[in-house]
Amino acid sequence: MSKSREALIDPLFNNNPIALQVLGICSALAVTTKMDTALVMSAAVIFVLLFSNLFISVLRNQIPTSIRIIVQLVIIASLVIVVDEVLKAYLFDISKQLSVFVGLIITNCIIMGRAEAYAMQNPPGMSMIDGLGNGLGYGVILAGTAVLRELFGSGSLFSVQLLPLVSEGGWYTPNGLMVLSPGAFFIIGFFIWGIRTWKPEQVEQD
Amino acid sequence: MQGSVGYNLGFAAAVCFVCAIVVSTSAVSLADRQDRNATLDKQNNVLVAAGLATDEESLGADEVANRFELITQVIIDVRTGDVANGFEPATFDQRAASIDVARSSPAPDNFARIMRIPHRALVYEVRDGAGGLDMVVLPIEGLGLWGTLYGFVALEGDLRTIRGLTFYEHKETPGLGGEVDNPRWKALWTGRMAFDDDLMPVIAVVKGTAGSVSDAPYSVDGLSGATITSRGVTNLLRFWLGSDGFGPYLTRLRGAGGTV
Repeated sequence: MSKSREALIDPLFNNNPIALQVLGICSALAVTTKMDTALVMSAAVIFVLLFSNLFISVLRNQIPTSIRIIVQLVIIASLVIVVDEVLKAYLFDISKQLSVFVGLIITNCIIMGRAEAYAMQNPPGMSMIDGLGNGLGYGVILAGTAVLRELFGSGSLFSVQLLPLVSEGGWYTPNGLMVLSPGAFFIIGFFIWGIRTWKPEQVEQD
Repeated sequence: MQGSVGYNLGFAAAVCFVCAIVVSTSAVSLADRQDRNATLDKQNNVLVAAGLATDEESLGADEVANRFELITQVIIDVRTGDVANGFEPATFDQRAASIDVARSSPAPDNFARIMRIPHRALVYEVRDGAGGLDMVVLPIEGLGLWGTLYGFVALEGDLRTIRGLTFYEHKETPGLGGEVDNPRWKALWTGRMAFDDDLMPVIAVVKGTAGSVSDAPYSVDGLSGATITSRGVTNLLRFWLGSDGFGPYLTRLRGAGGTV
């Protein structure tokens, strides 16, 4: 497998930022009650990761080591603000639902982690591929969680009602746990279990 | 030279400068669009409170403007209840006025934890063909659990019955207090009485289930798991419908034969 292919594919299942590194859990719990918010959030994270990795990688030989973390943060924070402004201008409804969680991408450990662990040592092209791969790894888990939460919690997908609710005269009683954050904990837990059963080398030794 | 203090300072300054330009460019160039979205969202909420639109519909800018033609925007003097002339509804910013010392006054102690009352407020009147008052939509705000709830309450032409209620901005917990914008909960408000026979604002969000409109005209179901949000809604409604809020305005409308 070529190096760039590896950088792109590896974070999806072999080294998934949520399932293996257990980073970015907070937003994964908060924005996955519905498909559209989960996908917009994933897209926002992918955008920020792509460009933060790119800019940090371009500057990696110029960034003074003593202030590198704060320089990385300034770049990440600026990108996040740009994303937030664009969402407010073009996707107002979804930006209202995502509320503070777009701003909190700044503190998402996945982004700082990739900047520090990858972009500071690798050339720009590879860093962008790594950013895309990790963003997609985050997005895959978010989308998977949101499918289950929206379907069983609200009986719909992308706000299209698939399971008619009892309260609307149908037969499906929605599972309230799915709409609350603990529901996402269980689902992500099951994902981690599933991935580690499939790839036993990810199980930590104790 | 890399590693020196001068280099570090220079590098930090350069990064900050470039980032500042990127951030301010995006903020300034998108500000118009964002303002339009915010205005549209607010107007849409007025329509929803007034029952002229539903939450399920997603109206375009044209349709909102179209339905808004039924509504007269009036700026009133909150303390006297009279129409305040010389203000333009399109540019009137009530929230800015509420924190401006020159355009607001301190509120007396109240349960809704309102700090300042603006001198002037933007209200929405809907009149029927003959000029009689059909309904009025009032802006309301007050503290919930995590922050201020901003919304609208619509009163029928009798100025006692609630037509509808919406909150367009709040920070309550999704699934608990956040249910203040659940259409099914909002539907419970229609037909309830905001005022008793002595015209005191007595409407309350109660714990548990309130019952039908005829059984419990002055109560609305509480939001389960959101006692403080529920209490906040009660308090802010009683404040704004009371004598420190829109009381004088409602009294003027009643006196002017606005009642049907």
